Amino acid sequence: MPTFKSITIGQYIPGESLLHRLDPRTKILITGFLVVGLFFIDTFWGYGLAALYIGIAVLRSEIPAHYLLRGLRPVIAIILLTFVLNTFMTEGEVLWQWRFLTLTREGLSRGGMLAIRLILLIVGTSILTLTTSPIALTDGLENLLRPGKRVGIPAHELAMMMTIALRFIPTLLEETEKIMKAQMARGADFESGNLLQRAKSLLPLLVPLFVSAFRRADELAVAMEARCYRGGEGRTKLNELAFQLADYVVLVSSGVFILWLAWAL
Amino acid sequence: MGRENFIEVDRISFSYTREQGEIEEAALDEVSLSISSGEFIAVVGHNGSGKSTLAKHLNGLLVPAGGDVWVAGMNTKDEAHLWDIRQTVGMVFQNPDNQIVAATVEEDVAFGPENLGLEQELIRARVDEALAIVGMSEYAKAAPHSLSGGQKQRVAIAGVIAMRPQCLVLDEPTAMLDPVGRREVLDTIKELNEKEGITVVLITHFMDEAALASRVMVMDDGRIVKEGPPRTVFQEVALLRELRLDVPPIIELASRLRARSVRLPEGILTVDEMVTTLCQLRSGA
Amino acid sequence: MSIEVRSLTHIYNDGTPFARVAINNIDLTIDDGEMVAIIGHTGSGKSTLVQHFNGLLRPTSGSVKIDGVEIGQKGVDLRTIRRKVGLVFQYPEHQLFEETVWEDVAFGPRNMGISDEEVRGRVERALRAVDADPSLAQRSPFELSGGEKRRVAIAGVLAMEPSVLVLDEPTAGLDPRGRQDLLGQIQRLQAERHLTVVFVSHNMTEVAQLADRLVVMHRGEIVMEGPPKQIFAEGEHLQTIGLGVPDMTALMQRLRAKGWDLPASALSVEEAEQAIMAILTEEARVGAGADV
Repeated sequence: MPTFKSITIGQYIPGESLLHRLDPRTKILITGFLVVGLFFIDTFWGYGLAALYIGIAVLRSEIPAHYLLRGLRPVIAIILLTFVLNTFMTEGEVLWQWRFLTLTREGLSRGGMLAIRLILLIVGTSILTLTTSPIALTDGLENLLRPGKRVGIPAHELAMMMTIALRFIPTLLEETEKIMKAQMARGADFESGNLLQRAKSLLPLLVPLFVSAFRRADELAVAMEARCYRGGEGRTKLNELAFQLADYVVLVSSGVFILWLAWAL
Repeated sequence: MGRENFIEVDRISFSYTREQGEIEEAALDEVSLSISSGEFIAVVGHNGSGKSTLAKHLNGLLVPAGGDVWVAGMNTKDEAHLWDIRQTVGMVFQNPDNQIVAATVEEDVAFGPENLGLEQELIRARVDEALAIVGMSEYAKAAPHSLSGGQKQRVAIAGVIAMRPQCLVLDEPTAMLDPVGRREVLDTIKELNEKEGITVVLITHFMDEAALASRVMVMDDGRIVKEGPPRTVFQEVALLRELRLDVPPIIELASRLRARSVRLPEGILTVDEMVTTLCQLRSGA
Repeated sequence: MSIEVRSLTHIYNDGTPFARVAINNIDLTIDDGEMVAIIGHTGSGKSTLVQHFNGLLRPTSGSVKIDGVEIGQKGVDLRTIRRKVGLVFQYPEHQLFEETVWEDVAFGPRNMGISDEEVRGRVERALRAVDADPSLAQRSPFELSGGEKRRVAIAGVLAMEPSVLVLDEPTAGLDPRGRQDLLGQIQRLQAERHLTVVFVSHNMTEVAQLADRLVVMHRGEIVMEGPPKQIFAEGEHLQTIGLGVPDMTALMQRLRAKGWDLPASALSVEEAEQAIMAILTEEARVGAGADV
């Protein structure tokens, strides 16, 4: 039986590094540039420089390397598959051949590049989530989406939903554990049987969980109303985001660098 | 209309309608009461006696079907004053988990002031002050789910007082807490009433909590059946028994001793008072 | 049916940075037919301890024996244990899930693989045991009142007809009427079915009223154990660990401090009344005698 008490949401690792201190908007924007930029780079030189850039970011974030590697672990199979498929499926100058397997120069370079691209994408986005708390991420996204309000993007509502989700995930996990135990005390069996039986055996867990979630939602809505909540209109914030000098410097320099990479290499 | 009182509840009636549209028993039946500024009122009664429904009328979460509720001269039916009323009368609910909105303590306390659209510095000042009053300053950055029940409830109270209400309505705030948590919350409530001068309406079914109030109201079947200072109300042992409310043990002992012609004065409420009276009686005799 | 706990330790998230010792080297024996209350404030380890009684939690070290059979040993079916030891969690109404009360109460017995006939008998007996009105059976559990929900949920455990009933804060959040009813039902059940009952509580008045024996827990250890009167006589010790004593015991102790010759604790108002009257009438008699 797992215990959820110690669960941390997302992968945020608290710290005081330069990257931790950057405004979440800076980090979100640069990550966005990076993700798009990586798709335009098509030389090994370009990837080398991008890897160097991400490497520096990793060093400045002071995040232990094994956290980054842990993020890679679940996708290693996908990276390998991409590499193998592209390496052997691309036509071109034949380097080596055995039965139906044909290794080409173009294939090797394409497979290699795709694999590197995937690794850099994952490490790059991991830096964002490792150095930014979910709350800061939410604030940053809300702030960035705010201009989109005019075209109908409900920035405040999205952010409020994320905040409430962050607040209630631990509570609901704890509750799941409790209901599971209570039903097991009545002889429920969540572990054996075929797929259909297992799905059915989840009902005694899911129904109470939903009932409770709805009750909580009801009560929370009343409590929010009682505290004068009336949507995002006219609301101010305790922690209003503010760009520091470092943010401008990092944002502009990184932006220019990534643009140049994507354009030239 | 007597609007000189801070809160004036004038013959209000209310009933919940079920899904099918049939009307359930009246939750409130011509209830009237007035509350002056700075009072500490306790409302006791069973689940279903109408006490929570009454509480929700005091800040416009519910609007009476008949009668009126006036808060600081504003009628809760008047939509234009709705937010002023809610800022004036803050509410704390039973389940501390289901009233904390944000993922950190200080952001949750800031929620109300943020809704009022206050300046950032002012919000900061209010949050710090409210957390200090409830003694939770050191937990400002903590995640709510890591706190004990009593601490969560104090955060919820801080979230309300950060809006600077004149009155605090608490709907069974200690029902889900252990004795330590109950003590913490009650001490906080008392201090808010005594030091900050906040009017308190405490809904509870614990008689020892009601004993802290200056005035107790006993509700049954949507009506106020008894009202007065705890000393007087608690003497009605027969009524409390009939409603199957708890008779505080000291009150029961006093009434039993009196029945055996021990000359105890009326109004003994606490263990201390009982000890003093019995000792006087013995030395005097 | 007896419960024997030997050098039981439970550490949550053992071997991780979040490791936390919840109970530490506990020994406890609960005899057949006893009514035992476990008291202590939140975080003292009470809930963790009772979850070992039916194998929902496994000891980090030490052992728990039910009727001489050690939980967790090879060949011991946990489901058999859970039939013998019924565990009612805090706020049990949160586990209701079926469309009707009847179906919900039948959930436990059905998991036991017994005949429909037998299931029906058990459900009826369980609902009767908690004084549920027969008309409730076909209603949705979600439209009942709070007190009714609680009782129906407890019936869901009773329907397994366990010989040991463990209740984690059974009266939490109920109003006085609901509390009095439920306590009465527990008392009656224990007497009629010769159940062994273990309940966790922090309401001293209710503990004084019900339990034969108290087990006081603090920081994962048992710090006191004995009949309620004996435990409450040590009121100061209870206070240092954040627990109180019933009002009547407090009164006895305060009066004793003022030189009254009273017993060290009283559990009920009647007891206190008798003790005080004894002294007052004695005094009056002596006083009257002196006058003559």
